[in-house]
Amino acid sequence: MSVWEFFATHQAEILTATREHLTLVVVSMAIAIAIAVPVGLALVSHPKWRPVVLAVANIFQTIPSLALFGFLIPLPLLGGIGARTAIVALVLYALLPILRNTYVGLTGVDPAILEAAEAMGMTEVQILFRVRLPLATSFILAGIRTATVITIGVATIAAAIGAGGLGTFIFRGVAMVSETVILAGAIPAALLALLADFLFGLLERRLKVV
Amino acid sequence: MVTRGKTAVNHNDCESPGRLKPIIEFRDVKYQVNTTNSRPVLDGVSLEIHQGETIALLGRSGSGKTTMLKMINRLRSFSSGDVVVDGRSVAEWDPIKLRRGIGYVIQEIGLFPHLTLEENVSIVPGLEGWPADRIKSRFTEVLQLVGLDPSEFAGRYPRELSGGQRQRVGVARALAADPSILLMDEPFGALDPATRAELQQEFLGLVRRVSKTIVLVTHDLREALLLGTRVVLLDAGKIVASAAPQEFLKLDHPVARQFIAASELVTGAAA
Repeated sequence: MSVWEFFATHQAEILTATREHLTLVVVSMAIAIAIAVPVGLALVSHPKWRPVVLAVANIFQTIPSLALFGFLIPLPLLGGIGARTAIVALVLYALLPILRNTYVGLTGVDPAILEAAEAMGMTEVQILFRVRLPLATSFILAGIRTATVITIGVATIAAAIGAGGLGTFIFRGVAMVSETVILAGAIPAALLALLADFLFGLLERRLKVV
Repeated sequence: MVTRGKTAVNHNDCESPGRLKPIIEFRDVKYQVNTTNSRPVLDGVSLEIHQGETIALLGRSGSGKTTMLKMINRLRSFSSGDVVVDGRSVAEWDPIKLRRGIGYVIQEIGLFPHLTLEENVSIVPGLEGWPADRIKSRFTEVLQLVGLDPSEFAGRYPRELSGGQRQRVGVARALAADPSILLMDEPFGALDPATRAELQQEFLGLVRRVSKTIVLVTHDLREALLLGTRVVLLDAGKIVASAAPQEFLKLDHPVARQFIAASELVTGAAA
């Protein structure tokens, strides 16, 4: 059976897996952004925490993804089998690119602009939200873009702990030694990644003021 | 027309008639960066600046003139001595209040690239909580003051302007909340000579219309003589001369002579 025939006959199943996959990615990214951007903002006024925070985020990223999923299973509350554990792992993976780009963007603002803001009598908080943050937008967005593409890829492994998604086909295909079944998971995942990258590219260009 | 808005500084209260209190005063200000063996950035600087003066702080790079300027709005601290603005030590001022009452123009302009000109110019009035219609009319007023058409430029971004236009907007922004003190750090330094000459002339016209106390940093003697009502010469962290422009050319101090010789003003002065 060719890949196209497989797609035709398993349409509904592939669509469901794609939806599960997207849900994993969207939920994980939302949580990761909600953590990483505020932490990045906080690091601007507490620079001594920067090495520690970035090191921790770095460590999560160095753990092989399959191992990270495995480590989480026995943990209470966060662990177990299923989508919740997968989301925890995906969030941990997505933190670093967003956090690093947020911090770099916020602290990379032209010193002359920051001095002008200070000289105009802006408070630290006003400088952070009215000058640094808008000028860092494209950096932060680039971090989110990278994290999203990574997450779409890593989310295929979530199937190993029963979280569903397009990885289901990949694992099944590996077990069956069937290229066709592997491709049924891999092609939609790759397309999703390309699509996400393209959409973020559009968004970046629209928001690019500077 | 400039309306007298609320400013941090009020000069009507002189201690005694006849003897005007300086609006800005440096009292034996020293500034040394940590290490004991290095030369202080500022070494015992004392200076009184009175209302309506335009002080040109002249000196080479590293003479301490920019540091001195930035002490006035507390962007820089000092090791000993005191800087007094409107009768109060800058250390006692709430830095936010102090800075909102002082306009600041720098060479790199520091316009916010993500904001339109109107938003840029209206920042301090906005921070000060002016009503929207007053902010709007003030924008129109200051833009006309610096020779730009408000309706044409309101929605533009800084990147769409020429260097000279940006510098004008920088001045407009500094004037927006009607501060009584204006600090300018080589405001015309990044411009081509023709534009610079044009803006210097406009500046003179502007100073006549708005009664501000201005402190201006420059390394260009011609600019100092043209714009300053008093030229203060700094060398290695010390004030070595302070004179009215016409007196300055007669000074014997070697550093003053160096500046005069370098500017080829000797022949002009003799003529």
